Amino acid sequence: MSAVAANYQTLQELGVEVISVSVDSQFVHKVWNEQELSKMAEKDVPFHMVSDGAGNVGKIYGVYDEDAGVELRGRFIIDPDGIIQAMEVMTPPVGRQLSETIRQIQAFQHVRATKGAEVCPAGWTPGKKVLKPGPDLVGNVWKVWSPLKDH
Amino acid sequence: MSDEAVGCARPTGATVGEPPTEAKHEIPLREEPKMSTVKVGSKAPDFQAPAYYRGKFTSIKLSDFLGQWVMLCFYPGDFTFV
Repeated sequence: MSAVAANYQTLQELGVEVISVSVDSQFVHKVWNEQELSKMAEKDVPFHMVSDGAGNVGKIYGVYDEDAGVELRGRFIIDPDGIIQAMEVMTPPVGRQLSETIRQIQAFQHVRATKGAEVCPAGWTPGKKVLKPGPDLVGNVWKVWSPLKDH
Repeated sequence: MSDEAVGCARPTGATVGEPPTEAKHEIPLREEPKMSTVKVGSKAPDFQAPAYYRGKFTSIKLSDFLGQWVMLCFYPGDFTFV
């Protein structure tokens, strides 16, 4: 979560609210923020740190490990209509790559802004080639997009 | 007492001693199927929960964030290493 704290500025510019969830109490969240997170980020972590002691939230999202009594690393991108656009779940020992989450948010925002008229091929980042789905594009993607040059 | 290695998951306790005696049921209990309702392209399940936010103890509701993009992140625990 410290990576999220350190890159909060970027997320804010994209209009993304961050909600973090663990089984720790609000008190532990406060002290972790004061003792550690605030020293990794520029200032206090400005996201909502949810306390899910009984794992009830984690259970409905399928990321609560009942044996260990903790949440797995689950990350969900939710759009302004409350629809889950992307999710990623990992076991605890490996951390996330925040830049990939940011890339996905930018891509979903682009698709939303064009009402689906433009879609983002593999490896898309802002400024790269988008595709316009339609009958003419069927079988012709190779003419307009190259996995070697445009990826 | 030697130090025990600490991992990323928060250690938890369990009972020791004799295994619990199994209660006999006339009608066998049927386990409720566990269904995670979460799918991409579907509505994110709403929840309300206590939170800590900018120095204050608050309560948040996911549906209060409608109209905004949300990154919802679960993680094993505060003060873990990754």
